[in-house]
Amino acid sequence: MSADFLYGIEVIINGLMAGVLYALVALGFVLIFKASGIFNFAQGVMALFAALTLVGIMEGQVPFAHLINAVFGTSIHHFGWQVPAILAIFLTVLVMIAFAWAVQHFVFRHLVGQEPIILFMATIGLAYFLEGVGDLMWGSSIRTLALGLPQGGSIWVEEMTNGLGGDDFYGFFIDKLDMVATLVALVLVAGLVAFAQYTKQGRAMRAVADDHQAALSVGISLSYIWVLVWSLAGIVALVAGVMWGAKSGVQFSLSLIALKALPVLMLGGFTSIPGAIVGGMIIGVGEKLFEFTIGAPYLGGATENWFAYMLALVFLVFRPQGLFGERIIERV
Amino acid sequence: MLYREAGDFKTSYQADSQTFPIAFDRWRYWAVLVIAFCVVPFFVNAYWANAILVPFLIYAIAAIGLNILTGYCGQVSLGTGGFMAVGAYACYKLMTSFPDVSIVIHIILAGGITAAVGAAFGLPSLRIKGFYLAVATLAAQFFLVWMFNKVSWFYNYSASGQINAPERFVAGIAVTGPNTAPWAQYMICLVFLTICALIARNLTRGTIGRSWMAIRDMDIAAEIIGVNPLKAKLTAFAVSSFFIGISGALFFAVYLGAVEVGEAFGIQKSFLVLFMIIIGGLGSLFGSFAGAAFLVLLPVALKVIGVDLLGWPTDLVAHLQLVIVGALIMFFLIKEPHGLAQLWRLAKEKLRLWPFPY
Repeated sequence: MSADFLYGIEVIINGLMAGVLYALVALGFVLIFKASGIFNFAQGVMALFAALTLVGIMEGQVPFAHLINAVFGTSIHHFGWQVPAILAIFLTVLVMIAFAWAVQHFVFRHLVGQEPIILFMATIGLAYFLEGVGDLMWGSSIRTLALGLPQGGSIWVEEMTNGLGGDDFYGFFIDKLDMVATLVALVLVAGLVAFAQYTKQGRAMRAVADDHQAALSVGISLSYIWVLVWSLAGIVALVAGVMWGAKSGVQFSLSLIALKALPVLMLGGFTSIPGAIVGGMIIGVGEKLFEFTIGAPYLGGATENWFAYMLALVFLVFRPQGLFGERIIERV
Repeated sequence: MLYREAGDFKTSYQADSQTFPIAFDRWRYWAVLVIAFCVVPFFVNAYWANAILVPFLIYAIAAIGLNILTGYCGQVSLGTGGFMAVGAYACYKLMTSFPDVSIVIHIILAGGITAAVGAAFGLPSLRIKGFYLAVATLAAQFFLVWMFNKVSWFYNYSASGQINAPERFVAGIAVTGPNTAPWAQYMICLVFLTICALIARNLTRGTIGRSWMAIRDMDIAAEIIGVNPLKAKLTAFAVSSFFIGISGALFFAVYLGAVEVGEAFGIQKSFLVLFMIIIGGLGSLFGSFAGAAFLVLLPVALKVIGVDLLGWPTDLVAHLQLVIVGALIMFFLIKEPHGLAQLWRLAKEKLRLWPFPY
């Protein structure tokens, strides 16, 4: 097999891995959109906030230290202890659940029945708010996430595949972290599906997604389900934040992955969990392949910034509801 | 006593269909214009022009443009930053290619070019609606910014990738370049804003504005009663992009003077202008002004209070600003989804009945 062909395959594999990470963010969007019709733009910032909180708790940082110092003239910054990772993750999940409750209680409870576009804009406001709170609480410097996740290329994969090509081929380079992320994503999706299928809360969640009023009339509490869904989205955001944070450091640009998840959603359809995953794969592979074959040699590179959007745009012109979305029926 | 229709008798059809039916509104309108044109230019200094007035005027143009598309025609766009970049780069290319032509013509042409680009990116709106369209306009945002970064023809192959506005004159007075007087910057922006607002006001009152609003309220119903959705949506995209292009050209040529595309016209700019029209009020020209003024003044006010009065560090105030802007947007959407313009409308209703509300 020629080396170019093998590199192509390597690009596809890496694209699939990147796609899994996009799908992780997109999953959070789909959960909230299905249950409440809210298109949650703040999902990316939630991932950033969750990752920041995790790092902050692990390092024993004092929340809002900067603000407290400015107001009271003190100079506190750390409690002076280190929290073990498991406990820190547990505490972060609690913070995300509290956040979900607060969002539901203070914002979206008052916006029930508003037009979807108003809800969307409210989530943009929420994204700004949360970004500011994250910075205020934990500071805005770049952090490293020391969870002990494996890093770097996998030597095992390289050695196994070394024999496929000629002398100038050294085997596939695949980041170990991406492999872990793929595994975690699979477990997460399996867990979510099991939760939705086999638990009482999950069934209630699906009922709400199906029809709000019918769900209300059989005694399901909408506000409870919404808090539940936002909490789940917060946990998904934590996982996405940890994976992206381990990859490129916990910093502001983490919140921009939400923008990457949007074309994934468009492609897969806003209401479909399998759509989010397949869409993520298509976008991941598509943009890596495009960059490899056309972008970098002919267009000057960095085409990943926009290719996903263009792909989704062209796709939508032919199929406006996305791959797996519900058929849009419009009535006057 | 002043603010009511009673006693203000109209004797011609023209008077009956004028923009401001109430005499007090007309006087107020002329008073604002006189102050803006004849008083402010004599008192404006560099700080006021740079920090508040010029950005306000330019963002007001952009907000009017986006309000036509989102507020009047109901098509949410997140591509404002990209379209402003088109205006800026079109203006730059025109300024450097035809140095003898007046800058005013360049800015208008830049608006025209942006209108064409905007209409092209508006084409998918015929198939895609709602959120899907909002996300689709992000394609314009990212693609355009990437293009202006990568294709060096747009920045005349300069090594830094920046574009710099050369010095240009209107009636012998420098309006771009380093030697521009604050009042000249202010005046050229004000003239453009006034004309844009007049055009927008009259467009939205007429046939075309009504067809936009019909599409916004329900596009299928509008199509059935005979509104051509192709024409309505594409004109909305074109007119909106025209204004946004003009504001982008002014932002680059008059206000900043030198621009790096990712920094000046990134996605943050799209959100900023969107926030302006949400806080100001969707579907209202007054709302565009109010929102632009609010979001230009807010950071300045916060900086004055936080940094100058309380002595807090700058980065802390910047973070607080994010929190406050986000919280305000949510607050406005909960308390008054129609924005500052609705408060103004309510105040006018109250004034009409004052002092005997029953």
